[in-house]
Amino acid sequence: MNPASMPVGARVRVRAAWPQGHCRTPHYLRGKQGVVVRRLGDYPNPEQLAYHRPGLPLLALYQVEFDSAEVWGERLREPPYRITADLFEHWLEPLAGEH
Amino acid sequence: MSAGDDHDHDEDHDHDHDHDHDHDHDGGDRGSPHGHPHAPVDDLDGYRPESLLLERALRELLIEQGVFSAAELQRQIDATESRTPALGARIVARAWIDEAFRRDLLAAAKPTLGASFALDLVDTPEFTVLENTAQVHHVVCCTLCSCYPRSILGVPPAWYKSREYRARVVIEPRAVLKEFGTELPPACGIRVVDSTADMRYLVIPLRPPGTDGWDESRLAALVTRDSMIGVAQALRA
Repeated sequence: MNPASMPVGARVRVRAAWPQGHCRTPHYLRGKQGVVVRRLGDYPNPEQLAYHRPGLPLLALYQVEFDSAEVWGERLREPPYRITADLFEHWLEPLAGEH
Repeated sequence: MSAGDDHDHDEDHDHDHDHDHDHDHDGGDRGSPHGHPHAPVDDLDGYRPESLLLERALRELLIEQGVFSAAELQRQIDATESRTPALGARIVARAWIDEAFRRDLLAAAKPTLGASFALDLVDTPEFTVLENTAQVHHVVCCTLCSCYPRSILGVPPAWYKSREYRARVVIEPRAVLKEFGTELPPACGIRVVDSTADMRYLVIPLRPPGTDGWDESRLAALVTRDSMIGVAQALRA
């Protein structure tokens, strides 16, 4: 358990990074702000597992919720809704202020 | 990774084969199952020849190197294909009529099912059950590949893996649901659940009106695969 883990309700920004290789962070959410809604546990790093490495130390995985307007901006064609995605801790930057 | 590993995290060699990568299989057959077994695929049937060749080469190498045996592979395929949405339907029906089970299921799905349905879920990925209400409707997708609660629902439908569904459901969920014949009241919000990592999601649809007093098996007949993915409601009574 990572002692610096983020509490439910923490506002976060997904890193706007495009590293090479395998990762499990969808492009459409990179750079977007959301709120941690659940901590899902600790899991091996898929970016390492993909290359047959052990993926240790384990990383915290969070379910993060986003507003559709934040994700899509002017491209949004529907009434507001929410999107959740499960993101590893090293992709999340804490933002000041609670939800 | 040996066949004895109990991790289930990466794409191509997890126990339950819980998601797989594109094989340029356009998901045109919405609502119908694949119609052919998934891995060792020896007929072309919509797959590109080079993809088939790659699958076969990789499978043969893994067997040759002793990562798993052909028999183990076949057992895993059989286990995956033996799971069908009928199991999910029984789970949903029980959650509708048994309040304590419903509460436990929402709080901790795997242990609850292990105990109540005698399922061996040790080697399968974690999963969470999401409950639809009058206020919020959940719809599940995997924009990155095809993560799906195979341990409960079996093999995903082809449309679930299609690029079209994966790309559209996160940006126009109401339009996609409408194409599945699902029109939500404007007051009902939508939560699109993108299963991007180690958690799998199963939806409990709203219990249809007019089913008071129905028993589990009668209710289960109303619970479709699509309603547990969240693109549809349960059938009407």
